[in-house]
Amino acid sequence: MSGWETVIGLEVHCELKTRTKLFCSCTNAFGDEPNTNVCPVCLGLPGSLPVINRAAVEYAMRIGMALSCSVEPSIFHRKNYFYPDMPKDYQISQYDQPINVDGWLELPDGKRVGIVRAHMEEDTGKTTHVGGGASRRSSALDNMGSTAPAGRTRIHGAEFSLVDYNRAGVPLVEIVSAPDMRSADEAKAYVNELRSILVAADVSDGKMEEGSLRVDANVSVRQAGAEQFGTRCEIKNLNSLRSLGRAIEYEARRQVQLLESGDVVVQETRHWNEDEGRTHAMRSKEEADDYRYFPEPDLVPVAPDASWLASVESSLPVLPAQRRSALASAAGVAASDVALLVELDLDDLVGSAIAAGADPKRAINRAANEVAADLEGARRLSVESFTALVKLEADGKLTATQAKQVLAAMLAGEGDDPAALAAAKGFEAMSSDALAAAVDEVIAANPDAWAKFVEGDPKVAGLFVGQVMKRTSGKADGRLVTELLRARAASAEA
Amino acid sequence: MTAERAIDIAAAVRKGERSARDVVDEHLARIAERDGELHAFNLVLADEARAAAEAVDAAVARGEDPGPLAGVPVALKDNLCTRGIPTTCSSRILEGWRPPYDATVVERVAAAGGIAIGKTNLDEFAMGSSTENSAFGPTRNPHDPTRVPGGSSGGSAAAVAAQFAPLGLGSDTGGSIRQPAALCGVVGMKPTYGAVSRYGLIAFASSLDQIGPFATTVADAALLYDVIAGHDPLDSTSVHDRLPPMVEAVRQGEDVDGMRIGIVRELMEGIAPDVVAQVNRAADALSAAGAKVDEVSVPACVYGLSAYYLIAPAECSSNLARYDGVRYGLRVDAPDITAMYSSTRAAGFGAEVKRRIMLGTYALSAGYYDAYYGKAQRVRTLIVRDFDAAYKRFDALLSPTSPTTAFAFGAKSDPLAMYMSDVCTIPSNLSGHPAISVPFGVGEDGLPVGVQVMANALQEATVFRAGAALEAQA
Repeated sequence: MSGWETVIGLEVHCELKTRTKLFCSCTNAFGDEPNTNVCPVCLGLPGSLPVINRAAVEYAMRIGMALSCSVEPSIFHRKNYFYPDMPKDYQISQYDQPINVDGWLELPDGKRVGIVRAHMEEDTGKTTHVGGGASRRSSALDNMGSTAPAGRTRIHGAEFSLVDYNRAGVPLVEIVSAPDMRSADEAKAYVNELRSILVAADVSDGKMEEGSLRVDANVSVRQAGAEQFGTRCEIKNLNSLRSLGRAIEYEARRQVQLLESGDVVVQETRHWNEDEGRTHAMRSKEEADDYRYFPEPDLVPVAPDASWLASVESSLPVLPAQRRSALASAAGVAASDVALLVELDLDDLVGSAIAAGADPKRAINRAANEVAADLEGARRLSVESFTALVKLEADGKLTATQAKQVLAAMLAGEGDDPAALAAAKGFEAMSSDALAAAVDEVIAANPDAWAKFVEGDPKVAGLFVGQVMKRTSGKADGRLVTELLRARAASAEA
Repeated sequence: MTAERAIDIAAAVRKGERSARDVVDEHLARIAERDGELHAFNLVLADEARAAAEAVDAAVARGEDPGPLAGVPVALKDNLCTRGIPTTCSSRILEGWRPPYDATVVERVAAAGGIAIGKTNLDEFAMGSSTENSAFGPTRNPHDPTRVPGGSSGGSAAAVAAQFAPLGLGSDTGGSIRQPAALCGVVGMKPTYGAVSRYGLIAFASSLDQIGPFATTVADAALLYDVIAGHDPLDSTSVHDRLPPMVEAVRQGEDVDGMRIGIVRELMEGIAPDVVAQVNRAADALSAAGAKVDEVSVPACVYGLSAYYLIAPAECSSNLARYDGVRYGLRVDAPDITAMYSSTRAAGFGAEVKRRIMLGTYALSAGYYDAYYGKAQRVRTLIVRDFDAAYKRFDALLSPTSPTTAFAFGAKSDPLAMYMSDVCTIPSNLSGHPAISVPFGVGEDGLPVGVQVMANALQEATVFRAGAALEAQA
């Protein structure tokens, strides 16, 4: 792989969590009895007509704004192809005039990935093929909007197929990135960040496992330094971040091997097989359907006026990237150092503690470790008590070990006054005289080892710290003990 | 026998002077007597109509007003969805399908006290100008059963002409209300696109389809128009404008003093001389009634037919994709899904529907879109522009409705010859403007001639007024 660069663009389908479907008033819900959330419109019955759901347009606008897109007047098109999960045998989608264009998303490491477009479309139903060795539930990625269904090959040979139209007409926004990512990790970071934004913008539950978020990857490779992109393949059936990463790495290796052996990459759609850990060709560019797009005559253009745009814009929450940079600058650290805290919604706690005078690094460490490990308990943690705890540790009144134990007790609901909890645990701070006495006693008890320590043998340092701890029942601060030992050794040498 | 006017029936029923049940029975008797010959109906709703009539009578007895259509039988084109009642589009592919809902217009007719008396025959999926394309056999013209009634709403036109119902509903995509109205000697009106909800009208070409009334008089057509028009939240293309009652416009109708009326030169070319003669006579009559009549050129009209036969098939190829055997209607089983699709559609659709699906599929194909569909849409824009120019100088435009009177069965077996039947009506569909066909005289064969009055978008009042004036002079 050396000498090669992987180029990745992602198409993410996001199911909007509107109360009702995109073009009718049927309930938008996952997991209900099949064919219970249906009506003449989402079943595409003869004579029925679509009417746009204003909330879905608003959610799409929120996505566009959260991705720094330009929100444009837009129209719908029909994308025509036959498949049993599409009640009308066309999908209402957006084509050359999408609602959101030309934005970007900032990864935690500060890199910007371009967003080409984020358009609205309706979801399809779900097919289950039974018998004939084809028995399988169609995956979340099958039959989704951007291209013809993966299930197409599987329906042949099935004894019969069942269709559930509950999902038909559920609003989707398809977010198409620029080919700006260069590694599987970067692609995963993009999806992770996008998911955080969609959840923060309150438009999606972000559940990949329920198909709320579905990812297709366009992957190509090129010689490092080359200006032209290589021929890309579109990878489907990526149901988790892990699949996404594995599939990209596999596909990049496959393409490099082809090119290194003098072969060429054929532009095609490929299916990721998680069990086999490889991609399979589904169909080539030549086999691709001609979707015969044309403007949907049953709908009118969507042209949000300035006041609607302004009200949506003002209702957007602070987004993850802004939260990261706010905390990072308050703490004086890099944005990537606080990404986890923002993701876990702990940035407010830490930011407030820092504002109240807590030491930034200790506050970040305690939040990222102990608090993050008990998010349930974190809900009862007040900014005041967290700040007080961090201060006790910073002032040397609690050792790091003690601070962790007190914090755990606070998270477990044993109390919210760290000083009182420390006292109850017998963690009263040791006086420096008592500590010095303990250190001197240990030195006196181990003359041979002390001689080695003074000569600079690092192996015996642990022995002295351990002995002091033992003698002080763990109340000593390890860092202070080490400092004292160094000071004694320095004066012994002199 | 002079046809009984819907306005009079409704007035009598509302006052309790006539029972709706009697009205329905009289019409059912006429249907029983003659529909075996004419085949205006795919389905007569005898029991349902009697029950609905009794409900109207009961309401009157309780002192309630059943509405402006009280007790008036209405013939529904069989592409309007009726809850629980077979709706076929005169196609094998929908045989046996019963919609779970009523079209908005069907609901409005019932809410106004109107009685759905039957589902009328049409060219399959409204594609045709003679009803010869019905999968269930053609409808015959009540004036001469050896002739076609026109189409595609030939069943509704014939039903009104034969007095099976005082009112009928049709749909007009390229002339499918006006042309059969002309050939059957009744009034047929196509509203402004969006004035009447399309919800529940089984789509042929969505950007052109409009539902409209048939009646024996302009006033009755206005009565039905007033009931069905108005915004519907279920149709996104439905207009929000509130129009004044057309019944009022018709009352003032004989007064066309000062109305500027233009005879469209391009639509007078290639028309049978006996039809041209009647249009000229109509122009003179309007002039005598005080209108200022002159000739006008709407140049892009001549491209209407060509543009229409790209746009309408393109939209139909998409609209009719859903008849695939998966969910409802006909299914011809086959070893796999692709074979099931093709056997079902091969067996379920007739030749004209297949021809248009193929035309439309081709016109939308990658690499051809710009040359065909895209260009046709640009022609459409030109037609609108040329009409706009004409309406700067004229309040209404005049033309023949159909190039000929009713023709014999099989006379137009060449599809292109048949397509020419709609040359005068198609421009208003492309522009989305309202137009009416009013019977005016007869041709050399003694069969009715229809004269068309067109007006600008939402100017239905002008159309009804001028139509009433023509009717008075006919």
